[in-house]
Amino acid sequence: MDEKQILEIENLSVEYRTDEMLVRAVNGVNLRLKRGETLGLVGETGAGKTTLALTLMRLLPRGIGFVTGGSVKFDGANLLSLREGDMLAYRGKLLSMIFQDPMTSLNPVIPVGKQVAEVLELHNEAHRTKEQIEERVDEMFRLVGIPPERKGEFPHQFSGGMKQRVVIAIALACEPRLLIADEPTTALDVTIQAQVLAMMTELKEKLDTSMIMITHDLGIVAETCDQVAVMYAGEIVENGSVEAIFEGERHHPYTEGLFGSIPRLDIETERLRPIAGAIADPSDLPSGCRFHPRCPHCTQRCKAEAPAEHVVNGHMIRCHLYEGGAKA
Amino acid sequence: MSALVEMKHLKKYFNTPRGLLHAVDDVNLSIEGGTTLGVVGESGCGKSTLGRVALRLLTATEGQVLFDGQDVMQMKRREFAQFQRSAQIIFQDPYTSLNPRMTVSEIIAEPLIANRIYPNSRERERAIFRMMDTVGLAARLVNTYPHELDGGRRQRIGIARALVLNPRFVVCDEPVSALDVSIQAQILNLLMDLQREQGLTYMFITHDLSVVKHISDEIAVMYLGCCVERGPAAEIFRNPLHPYTQALLHAIPVPNLSRRGVRRQVIQGEVSSPIEPKPGCRFAARCPHATPACTGEDIPLRDCGGGHFAACRLTGAQDRAQDAKI
Repeated sequence: MDEKQILEIENLSVEYRTDEMLVRAVNGVNLRLKRGETLGLVGETGAGKTTLALTLMRLLPRGIGFVTGGSVKFDGANLLSLREGDMLAYRGKLLSMIFQDPMTSLNPVIPVGKQVAEVLELHNEAHRTKEQIEERVDEMFRLVGIPPERKGEFPHQFSGGMKQRVVIAIALACEPRLLIADEPTTALDVTIQAQVLAMMTELKEKLDTSMIMITHDLGIVAETCDQVAVMYAGEIVENGSVEAIFEGERHHPYTEGLFGSIPRLDIETERLRPIAGAIADPSDLPSGCRFHPRCPHCTQRCKAEAPAEHVVNGHMIRCHLYEGGAKA
Repeated sequence: MSALVEMKHLKKYFNTPRGLLHAVDDVNLSIEGGTTLGVVGESGCGKSTLGRVALRLLTATEGQVLFDGQDVMQMKRREFAQFQRSAQIIFQDPYTSLNPRMTVSEIIAEPLIANRIYPNSRERERAIFRMMDTVGLAARLVNTYPHELDGGRRQRIGIARALVLNPRFVVCDEPVSALDVSIQAQILNLLMDLQREQGLTYMFITHDLSVVKHISDEIAVMYLGCCVERGPAAEIFRNPLHPYTQALLHAIPVPNLSRRGVRRQVIQGEVSSPIEPKPGCRFAARCPHATPACTGEDIPLRDCGGGHFAACRLTGAQDRAQDAKI
């Protein structure tokens, strides 16, 4: 394994099985992440972004979510074959996650300081004393910009932005190697979002953490990420450097559709160019290319045959148009 | 052209156990017929309350709402019923604003039944199908329930319900915030097409500045119940005058790489409490340019030329505005 790769996901597939239906949420995903880099995972509702994150954390709902194939190598270890007991040493310590909604991801009846201390106590390899843990909690609070005096307060006494800071303090308390942020600022107002994003970028650099930033906001991706993976119906349809995605000429039709759909502050747009139709239903995926019912370039071949990954200079596009490297 | 909707010194206060909450505090706005006024601000700034007061879904504490020159707050029952037919609202969340036990056709028919339009059921049915076609809902969905449909289709039902009475004025309260970007674009295009075809007047409430820039002719920026800046959309984005507007514009992540690596100025602090706010500029506590003179008395909107108004003591000092833009 390459020294610099911290995360290698190979051909990962995840299903949800219930009595009524089979939902194929993640289908053959390949992803790599270098140490210290940020990967932006972009896509709309139901694309499988959160499922992918939960799989990495080994937090898929038990009895419903199943990994049906593939491997996840994190720092040399295959995460998927670890026993649950061994996984505990990873989760929260080496890889941790920030959930989307800070209003529901904190325990309402435990003071926030105690919730930060909890993760430190669980991963107390350094045999810190109670006082040392309290010191570390104070340090984390200062790091995320909350006065440590407030650590005895309960979540409901904090605003949304402040709660998300507490969640970030919990996630970063053990200085993880990989931080998965699942729409960390979607529930926040823009001025607060700007504060939280600035803080996250700063902490990430300070602690040399790698990050997966899950978002639907292309603006956040442009400002924070090094690599971008665009996800649609459980597949990565395009993957490349942030320059290739935002300034390159060649794109998957879905990526083009995403860019055409957003009103821009920096460019005058008379009329938006939305993607026709609705998002693919993961319990009833179309044949061939998953995007073909909505694609303006759809051909007979797209309906029958799933496209392969076509890679040029590290820029992957999963579309028949780019077969052999050139747009037909 | 004259204003279709005018709000004059509009105030809405709520009684809370901790004191009087100033949700809308002396707002003056007007909307020309056939145009869109975008009302933008962060959560708790009073933009939704303003929309509801404009329709008299909430009664104003003080001030007037004039619709076609008539004061909506003073309307008698019959006039008010007439007004309600010409002023409608589209809600934010297509998941909770539709009755889960009614089918699509029942939802769209309800305003017609309530207002006793088309008492003949066949005519009513035709009107429903016409409306579904207008908003891009397939006729086969007529007997489905909201839970069977995705967010985009549900929002189309909400739009159909609002427009089936042929209103002149529609308040759109964050109609696309709950939708995915590709669906959001479909709905925005639909709303703009409908406006062009039917000459609708919109009050478009949102927290998303890119959306508001796209759809609005005029923009009003709100902060803690007050309108801090208003003017033509292009002008607000080209030359924002109020420090809060500037901070908002700075805070939005832009989908191109030009801003990468640039540490942007982030305004510190959070919105203060709207309960019995002290007189003076509501933004002073977070404002990088605040002076003691900013507190003490309320700052009125000042005319800065070209229909552009800003409620900042420092407007006019153009060099400062230039300063802050860097």
